[in-house]
Amino acid sequence: MEFFKIRRTIPFMRHALIFNVISLVTFLFAVFFLATKGLNFSVEFTGGTLIEVGYQRPAEVDAVRQALEKAGYKGEVQTFGSAREVLIRMHLEKNQSTADLSQKVLQILKTENQTAELRRVEFVGPQVGRELAEYGALALLVTAVGIVLYLWLRFEWRFGLSAIIANLHDVVIILGFFALFQWEFSLPVLAAVLAVLGYSVNESVVVFDRVRENFRKMRRATTPEVIDAAITGVISRTIITHGCTQMMVTTMLMFGGPALHYFALALTIGILFGIYSSVLVASPLLMWLGATREQFIKPLKKGGDPRDEHHGAVV
Amino acid sequence: MNRFPVWKYALIGLVVLAALFYTLPNFFGESPAVQVASIKSTVKMDTALLGRVQDLLKKENVPVTGAIFDPTSIRVRLPDTDTQLKAKDLIDRALNPDPGDRSYSVALNLLPASPTWLGAIRALPMYLGLDLRGGVHFLLQVDMQAAVTKKLENMAADMRTSLREKSVRHTGIAREGATLRVRFREAEMRDRARLHLGIALPDLQIVERDDGRDLLLVGSIRPEVQKRLMEQALQQNIGTLHKRVNELGVAEPVIQQQGADRIVVQLPGVQDTARAKEILGRTATLEVRLVDEEARASGSTVNVDMFAERQRDGRIVPVPVKKQVIVTGDQFVGASATFDQDNRPAVAVELDQAGGRSMRIATRENLRRLMAIILFERGKGEAISVATIQGEFGSRFQITGAFTTVETNNLALLIRAGALAAPMEIIEERTVGPSLGKDNIDKGFNATLWGFIAIVVFMSAYYALFGVVSSLALGINLLLLVALLSLLQATLTLPGIAAIALTLGMAIDANVLINERIREELRGGATPQAAIAAGYERAWGTILDSNVTTLIAGLALLIFGQGPVRGFAVVHCLGIMTSMFSAVTVSRAVVNLIYGHRRKVLGLSIGNTAWK
Repeated sequence: MEFFKIRRTIPFMRHALIFNVISLVTFLFAVFFLATKGLNFSVEFTGGTLIEVGYQRPAEVDAVRQALEKAGYKGEVQTFGSAREVLIRMHLEKNQSTADLSQKVLQILKTENQTAELRRVEFVGPQVGRELAEYGALALLVTAVGIVLYLWLRFEWRFGLSAIIANLHDVVIILGFFALFQWEFSLPVLAAVLAVLGYSVNESVVVFDRVRENFRKMRRATTPEVIDAAITGVISRTIITHGCTQMMVTTMLMFGGPALHYFALALTIGILFGIYSSVLVASPLLMWLGATREQFIKPLKKGGDPRDEHHGAVV
Repeated sequence: MNRFPVWKYALIGLVVLAALFYTLPNFFGESPAVQVASIKSTVKMDTALLGRVQDLLKKENVPVTGAIFDPTSIRVRLPDTDTQLKAKDLIDRALNPDPGDRSYSVALNLLPASPTWLGAIRALPMYLGLDLRGGVHFLLQVDMQAAVTKKLENMAADMRTSLREKSVRHTGIAREGATLRVRFREAEMRDRARLHLGIALPDLQIVERDDGRDLLLVGSIRPEVQKRLMEQALQQNIGTLHKRVNELGVAEPVIQQQGADRIVVQLPGVQDTARAKEILGRTATLEVRLVDEEARASGSTVNVDMFAERQRDGRIVPVPVKKQVIVTGDQFVGASATFDQDNRPAVAVELDQAGGRSMRIATRENLRRLMAIILFERGKGEAISVATIQGEFGSRFQITGAFTTVETNNLALLIRAGALAAPMEIIEERTVGPSLGKDNIDKGFNATLWGFIAIVVFMSAYYALFGVVSSLALGINLLLLVALLSLLQATLTLPGIAAIALTLGMAIDANVLINERIREELRGGATPQAAIAAGYERAWGTILDSNVTTLIAGLALLIFGQGPVRGFAVVHCLGIMTSMFSAVTVSRAVVNLIYGHRRKVLGLSIGNTAWK
């Protein structure tokens, strides 16, 4: 079986500007939604209480809401996963942020419906929420810096910079989706975003590896030609790899239940945009930043070229 | 060129075999058990106790399927959960004849049901996180400020005594924020006070200050002392929490320090979270202080604490109590409900050595004076007992007051459970019911399984024999990952299961890279053997680069991640490592076994590579 029978080099770089404009527009949309709507942070970040209650029969959300209101509690009530499970989200408020809130709420729900069973409670105090948000931002920063440094060491600073620009813009786009649809942004989603960042940089790395190799092999070709050949050479692998990962993520969406839903969703967006940006955005950036053959072909030093791709690598 | 030396095959075979053994325990499930552990330092676990437990269960005709003894606990394996409950009650009653004074914790537990020889090579099932097995997780913040304040109050009292003994005249000692201020009229008195206090209270850093009206000495706790104080407070709180958790009867509790002023408590399998929270969160503590009889007579409220006293006739009157604390709650080592000589409910208590000493001095010096025992609960104090000191006494005495027997029982329990050096507050809680935990496992397992099957089907169809080899490598990756997780006993959470699935989805990348490269080499006219060699070697650099970038993201999550996300990061990082081994080395070994030893290879079964 073979999906891609590409005999000629596809002139990707001829359309480089269009790819980047599309990408820029999507990016600006994402920034716009992030700025106007903002992220719907989970209680892990904002602080608050999350209570999941299971019933034996489909739950009446309105009845639950009324019972809570009558007792003087403010909370968002919605079904979660199936109709038999109810999720109550309560933000930190004066007089209702105590740790024993969940007990009281469960008591109220039990008097309203005997079959109410506590499935999950998450209570996060304000300072913990703030710390989690700070650590999350820090993790993102460290990842970005680490990747740039590594690519700088292994390739050249232009490679590191263009890869990270292309992939951080993926991250912004994922966040833009979460802002637009007001999907809940929780800790697992943050983990997914970071995983996507590492994963799509892979993609750029594969292309860049080929670019470097082609710079050595295609002695007469111009930089755009070298990049075109590199992308053409790896495009089938790109699509198959992402397809496989997406298969895994899709089964997570299908079978993983509500707990993994947004995690899988973030990955899906990340994978789709990851293909696009890491190939079609990172490569033109590399070209515009001025990558040339001379940066890779250097007179041989003693002990081999440290930038040689096989240097130090033993199977 | 496509042959490995024999030792390399053997090594790979060994690794896979070991992985198989360490993965095995995960398939046997768990069997119900009862765990007995000592909660008193004086009560040691020994094989005699094991014999006692076994005899007891035999006498009551409870079937036992196994028993394990180790220096910290005895675990008895039982056939089903009904017998488990029955056995727990039986053992609890037999070992703790006095429910008010327990020596052993008896808890329900689950033990891996794998054969004993697996246990002998330390092969255990994966350690499931609370979100998968159900349980409670608390993060407690210790209020260090309160611990410091308490220390300062005690120091103020010591200051008063010391200055009085040396007859240094001052116009008042008061605490302001984190400092103690002593006021003087004459400079000479201040100089003398400074000299004496420097010796009496070496933990205090004292400076002279002048506020225009009075001459002042300002004392603050030295930073190194403050640090030691906080560490002690935290350690004491952890110790107290241990005692309280023992009371709950939890099989494998985790109580750990996190950062400078936080404590993590994890109670797997606890169903009754309300009770757990009540017992853990109890901030009640006792203090023994002297009643300020002058203030009582004059009605002054200067420099005294006022507490409500409930008298025997039911009246509630305020009682002024000196700020100096003679004995604090953490110095009580024992307590039990009893009756005094008039047959009224009382609590017999026992103090540790230091507590006994200060009690003896205080009672000797204050004969015929009034002493108050104050119970602090939720930040509010109540004088539960105010009595005249009849004679000198030390570490053992009785607390009498307007008690009922229920109250004395509760009070005794409370004192035994220990006091907190500083109040704590729950700042994070995660409770997962057992049914949700099981659901989470099923969902995570199904997602991984179906994703795995989909990838295997696709790869085998697309890359033919090489696809099968890739799938085999992916399977071995999964095996290695599960074995590693079991071996390291890393906590597996739901995000961790998601990470297994995701890592598998990403790991196939390496094989796709290799297979594509081999196809390309074949199209370029290379011989099959050369194509295999070139494919693997050329792809390696790329695989390494791309895995390192993924690993950077994983490590950042591992360092900064909290809670369940940490579980994601652990699995993700481990998975990247195992995937490099399985996708490159293992798959190469299999390919070498298939093709490398043939003299003539006409073509590779890697799907159609001839484009027409």
